[in-house]
Amino acid sequence: MPVRPIYLDHSATTPLDGVVLEAMMPYLRENFGNPNSIHAWGRRARQAVEEARGAVASLVGAKDREVFFTGGGSEADNLAIKGTALARQQKGRHLITSAIEHHAVLDVFSWLGKQGFDVTVLSVDETGRVSPKDLERALRPDTTLVSIMFANNEIGTLQPVAELGELCRQRDVLFHTDAVQVVGHLPLDLATLPVDLLTMSAHKMYGPKGVGALFVRRGVRIDPLVHGGGQERGLRSGTENVAGIVGFGAAARLARERLAAGEHLKEAELRDHLLEGLLEVDDVLLTGHRTDRLPFHASVCVRFIEGEALLLRLDAAGIGASSGSACTSGSLDPSHVLLALGLDHATAHGSLRLSLGKDTSREDVDRTRAAFREIVEVLRAMSPFGRNK
Amino acid sequence: MYSEKVVEFFMHPRNVGRLDPADGVGEVGNPRCGDVMKIYIQVRDNRIDDIRFETFGCAAAIATSSMITEMVKGKTLEEALEVSNEDVLDALGGLPPEKIHCSLLAEEGIRAAVEDYRKRQSP
Repeated sequence: MPVRPIYLDHSATTPLDGVVLEAMMPYLRENFGNPNSIHAWGRRARQAVEEARGAVASLVGAKDREVFFTGGGSEADNLAIKGTALARQQKGRHLITSAIEHHAVLDVFSWLGKQGFDVTVLSVDETGRVSPKDLERALRPDTTLVSIMFANNEIGTLQPVAELGELCRQRDVLFHTDAVQVVGHLPLDLATLPVDLLTMSAHKMYGPKGVGALFVRRGVRIDPLVHGGGQERGLRSGTENVAGIVGFGAAARLARERLAAGEHLKEAELRDHLLEGLLEVDDVLLTGHRTDRLPFHASVCVRFIEGEALLLRLDAAGIGASSGSACTSGSLDPSHVLLALGLDHATAHGSLRLSLGKDTSREDVDRTRAAFREIVEVLRAMSPFGRNK
Repeated sequence: MYSEKVVEFFMHPRNVGRLDPADGVGEVGNPRCGDVMKIYIQVRDNRIDDIRFETFGCAAAIATSSMITEMVKGKTLEEALEVSNEDVLDALGGLPPEKIHCSLLAEEGIRAAVEDYRKRQSP
């Protein structure tokens, strides 16, 4: 008998909310105007874009004029980092990031390194946290930018962003944080948080793919990557993705309601229920921080078996998960994040990430716990390694 | 990503487990790389009379272990050594390029088990 599939890969992407789709549809049909046109068609589109900007801004406690739409999270990361490095290169060419960043950040820094910038990569502790003391030691008079992610996508760990940002602010160093896993899932108030640049992505919060935003604090000047018609106040030229932006705005409104209702707290309880089930199986290790972690994120390493095999067996049982094992990345090494925690390769190959969504039920979690236990047992029976071997 | 045959041999692997006693054991691969294959054989009249495997690895590694053990079972040692990774790939309906090394590992695993057997036979 076919059972209802359980999607537990919301860190990768979330389904588009039906309400969001409804909000977008008119802008794919009759309201097709270019927001830069001054006629009625254009004005309707402009109004929709600005309303969406307001919705995204109020979700994160920003001013409308501090939100700049981009073609997604990776583009926003690129814009923040390259845009700052280039705009401030007269002041200095030293940049700081962490070892566990997403490739949309890490690869930008390695490219900048090849262009002659000096990049310091901070290590993390075994829970994946950057130490403010390490950052303090790494900051130099010629440092212009620090970029440290708000929460890690693979291990869910939240960084002490307020402390890190404050250290930068005291030294007139810009602080960027990739918050694509956080925005819409935890309350954020950029009015008080010492962050200058913050990356957001619509499809991580039940909005459409291909649209994101960069928060740029008022008074912060960065260079654009895309030059042209001067849209987004010159920071991102190109005719706006109106329907996508409208969808992002609608998703932001819904997220704000969920946060106001405290749904992230209920989600964290469900996550703990899931983690408890995973960790009661022998030789399963938590990855990331136990409490300072995304409310929807559970990640572990299962010793003696390999993550892709686990993933495919879960998939066959109707459960969608993800892994940072080498076999899922097409390389010989497991993910840089897991290795940065100090895990040995063999253990890191057994990584599993389950990320819950707003519609995940307790029953879904119970079924997942049971399937996990059974599949781990089957795969361990096939493995040459294990407790009794 | 994977052929139906690979999925079938991964989900319902043949010859899983160990043989005790075994006449030859071959262990290849490296846990660091995420692939270790252990092949156990029992030999009678120069034929692989029984065979089992234990594999730490991805779906492709498990499927190739499972397939190659099926392919060499009942064969003479000489015939078994002639089964190449290409034969395993053909039987599985191919593997994604980054997984071809799994089929090589399977070939090496059989070779290692046969070598171990021969070493035990020659005092």
